[in-house]
Amino acid sequence: MFRYLPLILKSCMRSKRRSILTVTSAAISLSLLGTLMAIYHAFYFGEAPPQQALRAIARNRISPALTLPIYYRDKIKQVPGVVEAMPFQFFAGVFKEPKNIFARYAVEPEHLFAIHADYSIPEDQKVAFQREKTGCVVGRGLAEKYGFKIGDRITLKGDIFPVTVDLKLVGIYDSLFHDDVLFFRLDYLFDLLPERRRNKVFAFHVLIDNPGSMARICKEVDELFRNSPARTRTEAERAFELGFLSMLGNVKAFLLSISLALSFMLLLVTANTMAMSVRERVREVGVLKTLGFTTPAILSMLLGEAAFLTAVGGLIGCCFTAILVALVRKLPAIILPLSSLQLEPSVAALLLFVAVVIGLASAIVPAWGAARIPILQALKFTD
Amino acid sequence: MAIPLSYNLRNLRERKTHTIMTALGLALTVAVALSVLALVDGLRQTFRASGDPLNILVLRKGATTELASNFNRSVYNDLKFKPGIARAPSGEPMASLELVTVIGLESSEHPDGTNVNFRGLKPVGIGMRKGLEIVQGRWFRPGFREAVVGQSVAARYPEIGVGGKLRLGRGDWDVVGVMRAGQSSMNSEIFCDLDQVAADESRAEVLSSTLLQATDAISKEALIRDLSDDQRLNVDALGEVEYYDRQTRSSAPVEFVGLFVAALMAIGSSFAAMNTMYAAVSHRAREIGTLRVLGFSKSAILLSFLLESLALAALGGIIGCLLVLPLNNLTSAIGSFTTFSETTFRFRVTPQIMGIGMLFAGFMGTAGGLFPASNAARKEILVALRSF
Repeated sequence: MFRYLPLILKSCMRSKRRSILTVTSAAISLSLLGTLMAIYHAFYFGEAPPQQALRAIARNRISPALTLPIYYRDKIKQVPGVVEAMPFQFFAGVFKEPKNIFARYAVEPEHLFAIHADYSIPEDQKVAFQREKTGCVVGRGLAEKYGFKIGDRITLKGDIFPVTVDLKLVGIYDSLFHDDVLFFRLDYLFDLLPERRRNKVFAFHVLIDNPGSMARICKEVDELFRNSPARTRTEAERAFELGFLSMLGNVKAFLLSISLALSFMLLLVTANTMAMSVRERVREVGVLKTLGFTTPAILSMLLGEAAFLTAVGGLIGCCFTAILVALVRKLPAIILPLSSLQLEPSVAALLLFVAVVIGLASAIVPAWGAARIPILQALKFTD
Repeated sequence: MAIPLSYNLRNLRERKTHTIMTALGLALTVAVALSVLALVDGLRQTFRASGDPLNILVLRKGATTELASNFNRSVYNDLKFKPGIARAPSGEPMASLELVTVIGLESSEHPDGTNVNFRGLKPVGIGMRKGLEIVQGRWFRPGFREAVVGQSVAARYPEIGVGGKLRLGRGDWDVVGVMRAGQSSMNSEIFCDLDQVAADESRAEVLSSTLLQATDAISKEALIRDLSDDQRLNVDALGEVEYYDRQTRSSAPVEFVGLFVAALMAIGSSFAAMNTMYAAVSHRAREIGTLRVLGFSKSAILLSFLLESLALAALGGIIGCLLVLPLNNLTSAIGSFTTFSETTFRFRVTPQIMGIGMLFAGFMGTAGGLFPASNAARKEILVALRSF
């Protein structure tokens, strides 16, 4: 096929307008497809930071809206393989305006950085957090977004917890993955709450020693509390994140069906173009055959033309995908994996592969027909 | 003098393969756009059907959803005798104190489970919800751990029909009935006795909300203002209808993404239509020359090709609408990040939506057909006649 590349290029340039329209249409469809594939990859195949494989979350089995008693922590720590267990409470609330959405958790300062081994923070800031009851730490990304500096006062108005939390920023941590979270102290939150609501948290963050033991540890933790009033559901951190995603509905089906519709549309568009292109050149095919070009050669030239068009569309599509992905990253970070969406090389490669396959598939029927036409019929062909 | 439409239609029939392929491409785009609209409409319909125009929802000040609202029983006792609140025939004020929590349901079909609203209330609350009726079994008895599930919940989780068991709190609950409330979101909830679930969660004093029924529209407005301004009670009051209206926001992300995808697909389809029409124009150059010689004007040619493109688009639009029809009344559910529970809804493909689909197709057809049509109109007669 590559021997005939100059011929293929010339054929594509024959009708510049048609080729440009096809390539552009392909590029747009492929960029959409690429974005969907990138999202699918991020949700279901994304690589977690290696440290995430060592973390599990234990929450109330019935619903994330219900709590677990804080004394569960000691029992969880007794399960073999558990290195540390830290209670944490999602706070929600409002920072200045409701549209300022970012995650806020109340945690135990002495365990936070042990559990989140991928967060790096200067030692003195870590100590400050452990000493200041009203202290809080934020991720670098969040600090940059809102212009926080050490010493700033951050106030959160609660809704699930009807209290106002007055915090002093004592530390900024760096992390490759989730650097847009605010952590403050659980004991401070409990002080503000009425007696009835203290010492209850919505989940425990569990650090284990070995990713291989994740399944076993999750089961054992849940077994521990099987007959208690508040039963737990323990799962790997990633599974927990995805669990929230499934609240949006059948996300997988949604992504897959749109991808399918897109691919099919692309197939139709390219097939349309190729059919037109081949039909114009039936007489040429006759001439080529007379000159001695074999049927397989002609077939590969025609297929090559289609594949070339879609491949170029695919390359441009990859660039558009990168732009779309950057746009998705800017959206409010309600769905965690989306805030760090990247166009992975593997996804880009897959996109190109799909483009070429669709190109080939679209041209098969017209190319086959044209390549097999008897010479005399081809030469006599009038459209 | 215009070129007869039959010329265009016949041409479309002549080049069957191209017509069908382009029309199918357009149809897919229309189908994607319409399915998004059908989803959003179905959701809005569910929320619109929820909420009685005379009902007022009272939450703790600052809370935006029932789940996040901490409503004290003492506040309820203070406000239930306010003027403007309707009275039941027994003389009891139509004021229902309610506790809303969330229960995770697992089933063989949904092994991961989803969250469903679990609402504790007293019989007065049932009476306030017009259109709410039992379709199977009976209502729960106060003082017993009995629950009634909404129709959509029973449909999605067949294991909790009448006679089934729910696990929440300190033990099991018996499902004794299935309820239905038109299209409202109550179909996705589970009702039970207020005191039972409050005891389970050790929340005898702090519940979620109060639902009031006003005597008429004017008292409703007055009551809302009265409650919101009352410093001592510290509550927010809003019409039940407005409350549910706000929750349609959960469909916003899906709508945005879906329509964005459809818009991009539309550009792709328009280019395909443009391609087809350009090919048609160059293929029929001699015909165009002949038509011009016969006396048809440039604008007649322009109009003719534009109409052909529109006919193509109309075909695509019709196929697209047909593709979407099977979705109609399909039940699905979407979760909300504010209430942490899911609402069941039905896809709604209405005539209006199909009309939008046809307009969308027409738009794509015009965009795709304009340039080729002007290209055809501007062809030099002699050059066109001599082309092959």
